[in-house]
Amino acid sequence: MSYLDYQVAQVPTGFRKILHINWPLVILVAAVCCIGFLMLYSVAGGRMDTWAEPQMYRFAVGMVIMLGLAFVPMWFWRGISVAAYVVCFLMLIAVDLFGTIGMGAQRWIDLGPIRLQPSELMKIALVLLLAAYYDWLPLHRVSRPIWVMIPVLLIVAPTALVLIQPDLGTSIMLIAGGGIVMFAAGVSLWYFGIVIGMGVGLIAAVMKSRGTDWQLLKDYQFRRIDTFLDPSADPLGAGYNIIQSQIALGSGGWSGRGFMQGSQSRLNFLPEKHTDFIFTVLSEEFGFIGAFSLLMLYMLIVGFCLHSALTNRDRFASLITIGISGTFFLYFAINMATVMGLLPAKGSPLPLVSYGGTSLMILMLGFGLVQAAHVHRPR
Amino acid sequence: MKKSQREILDSSRQITRRVVLLAGVQVAVVTTLALKLRSMQLDHAEEYRMLADGNSIKIRLLPPSRGLILDRNGLIIAGNEQNYRVTLTREEAGGDVEGVLRRLSQLIPMSEERIAELLEEFSRRSAITPIVLADRLTWEQFSAIAVNAPALPGVTPESALSRAYPRAGDFAHVMGYVGPVSDYDLSRIEDPDPVLRLPDFQLGKIGVEGRLEEVLRGKAGARRVEVNSTGREMRQLSRQEGEQGATVQLSLDTALQNYAAQRMGKESAAAVVMDCQSGELISICSSPSFDPNKFVRGISSPEYRALMDHDHRPLADKTVQGVYPPGSTFKMVTLMAGLEAGVIDAGSRFFCPGYTELGGRRFHCWRRGGHGTVDAVKSLEESCDVYYYELAQRVGIDRIAIMARKLGLGVRHDLPMSAVADGIAPDREWKMSRYGQSWQIGDSLNASIGQGYVLASPLQLAVMTARIASGREVKPQLIRSIDGVRQAVAEYPPLDISEASLRVARLGMDAVMNGGRGTARSSRITREDWRMAGKTGTSQVRNITAAERARGVISNDQLPWERRDHALFVCYAPFDAPRYAVSVVVEHGGGGSAVAAPVARDILLFALNNGLPPQDAVPADQRAALEERHEAMQLFTPEAARPGRSRA
Repeated sequence: MSYLDYQVAQVPTGFRKILHINWPLVILVAAVCCIGFLMLYSVAGGRMDTWAEPQMYRFAVGMVIMLGLAFVPMWFWRGISVAAYVVCFLMLIAVDLFGTIGMGAQRWIDLGPIRLQPSELMKIALVLLLAAYYDWLPLHRVSRPIWVMIPVLLIVAPTALVLIQPDLGTSIMLIAGGGIVMFAAGVSLWYFGIVIGMGVGLIAAVMKSRGTDWQLLKDYQFRRIDTFLDPSADPLGAGYNIIQSQIALGSGGWSGRGFMQGSQSRLNFLPEKHTDFIFTVLSEEFGFIGAFSLLMLYMLIVGFCLHSALTNRDRFASLITIGISGTFFLYFAINMATVMGLLPAKGSPLPLVSYGGTSLMILMLGFGLVQAAHVHRPR
Repeated sequence: MKKSQREILDSSRQITRRVVLLAGVQVAVVTTLALKLRSMQLDHAEEYRMLADGNSIKIRLLPPSRGLILDRNGLIIAGNEQNYRVTLTREEAGGDVEGVLRRLSQLIPMSEERIAELLEEFSRRSAITPIVLADRLTWEQFSAIAVNAPALPGVTPESALSRAYPRAGDFAHVMGYVGPVSDYDLSRIEDPDPVLRLPDFQLGKIGVEGRLEEVLRGKAGARRVEVNSTGREMRQLSRQEGEQGATVQLSLDTALQNYAAQRMGKESAAAVVMDCQSGELISICSSPSFDPNKFVRGISSPEYRALMDHDHRPLADKTVQGVYPPGSTFKMVTLMAGLEAGVIDAGSRFFCPGYTELGGRRFHCWRRGGHGTVDAVKSLEESCDVYYYELAQRVGIDRIAIMARKLGLGVRHDLPMSAVADGIAPDREWKMSRYGQSWQIGDSLNASIGQGYVLASPLQLAVMTARIASGREVKPQLIRSIDGVRQAVAEYPPLDISEASLRVARLGMDAVMNGGRGTARSSRITREDWRMAGKTGTSQVRNITAAERARGVISNDQLPWERRDHALFVCYAPFDAPRYAVSVVVEHGGGGSAVAAPVARDILLFALNNGLPPQDAVPADQRAALEERHEAMQLFTPEAARPGRSRA
């Protein structure tokens, strides 16, 4: 379905588009971001200029980008999907070759004033390309092995590049994001079953191999797994972050210790409290009510996206919306599960709340695409 | 490409189905998160709140109990014993620390100085820190304190495990000892186990304790305790026991080790007993020894200085660290090098006039008058030096060095002990790289009789003997099993030496003991089924000057101890079916045949008999002396040791 197939007269044009923007979604995103400002203000010990203010500027720019992108018609996005993927892919190679080392891994590419993290951009570009692919592919071919192999390769190639940076977290996000688009496009469930089965088998093999002479991971990697399974085994070492995070989270209770009253956060027991562990600060200061509310806001965002996707008859637009909302879902689910100790510590930000420019920009870019899909849906 | 209305509909339906599935999964995930959140923030909030409030719950590590080290019969060589001690916390003493101490001194011996020392320590340390008043109390003292607890406020009787070596000095060198963890120890370990940072944790320092540290250590347990705001424990919330370290069984035999130690007595000596077939070390004993328990408890500095200053070096492990010129025990090497190279055969003869002249220098045989015509077997039997001087000139040093390495000399043997020495099997290349000098023919002559640059440890001499006896490339083994898992013992390949050459060497060693003119004839075993073969060695630790020679050779007795010759002896038995190889080195003992051979023979007999050497195995004239020696010994009896399986 291309732009020309639309019943053009019924698609809003010009500034009339502004009336058709998914405003509840915009308000939800803004609300979550405001919670973020509040928390950043709190963890900075009541200072605006440390984290909250820069984050607000970024949010303002992101808002403009999001609303701006909402005006861009879908044929444009379809048109640039291949190019976007190729450019991101080349940048990933460039990062592996020349990227600066940040936080122990090569992730950034330095272009003078801006520093780019191509692996983040890749998340969007991959969703875009896969959506275009499945829009182009006739429905009856979707589950044919050869036509399944192509998107799998499109996912695996950038994932491998990200993995050697090394950035396990983003690699998993890429696979999951791509997987969600494939899932929504209707690829047979058997494929997913097989992949999940193989994954479980691999994990079982890795754990079984411990102590034998064909051991698949290094000893320290196994120790990290041990720490995840039982943080109290190494309370002052690798388990420290998780234990402190759980203490902070649990001590929030029903209604929290009050804004700027969290003792764990105040006393610097928590590491990276303005980024990866910001959810624990929220949970400590606003308790179950605060944490659960944020969780519900996130779910509402995902819900509005899925609703938009269901009511959109343009396959491409629909798949983009699902892919982006799915990635967003993974973002917050993984972060929350990590700080609660349900997943091994990996270092991932809480979307829209954590301090950090790249993450916020990419998310706003993504929501811009969701808005564009919503505005330009065939009627 | 235009899509049909049907296709759009199909696509929509497909997507709807999948979105419903996806949303279901997402809802499930969010529900899990919400439930976990509820469990943490609502159900367990109190516990977390307590943790957050002044960290009132602490995790304390429980040190694991260290793995036992057993001998081949399952007797404990290194175990753990209950250490009863008392501590005092000033805060609880009711302000009268001195009074409490005085009352305590009526129950356990405490000197005035000790009380003053403790009072000084209490004034320095925090009021809530428990300080150890006395440790290693007897059970009686311990219970007396427990009964009188009401009169002793603040005093806590405690029991902890500490390392103990029931055989004290017998295994000191093999076993090593444990000691407090030093910063140096920590700096050497990558990613140290947190348990190492516990204040009174002890770590294997040297020997088997040091080398098998990780196996023996075990895994720490942990307990969660609630503490009050001053950090004092209020109650225990949960406790997870650690895992004891692995039990290590060694090939050593406690009874034999004890006998060897006692047989060497006060001499500065070393003895190694090795199984000729399996390579297992049955005994590896260095004398004099020290009590490793003192190191565990903290040795006093005068005691330590006494050990350091002792001229018999009790701290050094002479069996593997000590290297000595092997003297005539090296002659089998030179002989077999000649036989293998084909420069001589068993029947080749040389004439010994008492010396060999080479380049204007005289190389003397130990017998000034000479041995006359000597063949291979006789050269060993009577230990003729001239035979080897002649042989060395024909074989060359390089082939001798190769033969030495085949027999395990000049080669590091991998054992879990500290500072295992390489020894030296010199050749041209070695001298060039070591001294930058070219090899002289005189060096070959010295090396041929195990003097000069040749150096070997008692362990290496035992390996050499076992290899000659078995004809196989036997390697020394110390560990039998770890946690009941038998350590694999490989089938040893045959040596790269012809059976004929080995046979000549064995016959020569047999003649040393049993031949009419054998140098160690007096130390032979008279029981035919234990027929013994051996070789004596006497190695000089000084050069005999021409002036000395002119005055006549001074007997060892007239020299100061540290300038006397080393006495060496290697042997194995039974001759036909070798079971044990023994090497003995007595530092500055004098002659190998007079000093080292009887010691080695008795130890060998003990091993063969698995008990005291029987009277009928030694020549009749020595039986009374043997009996006398045994009566003077305080021997180990397995029955007394058996019930001592102390465990946590």
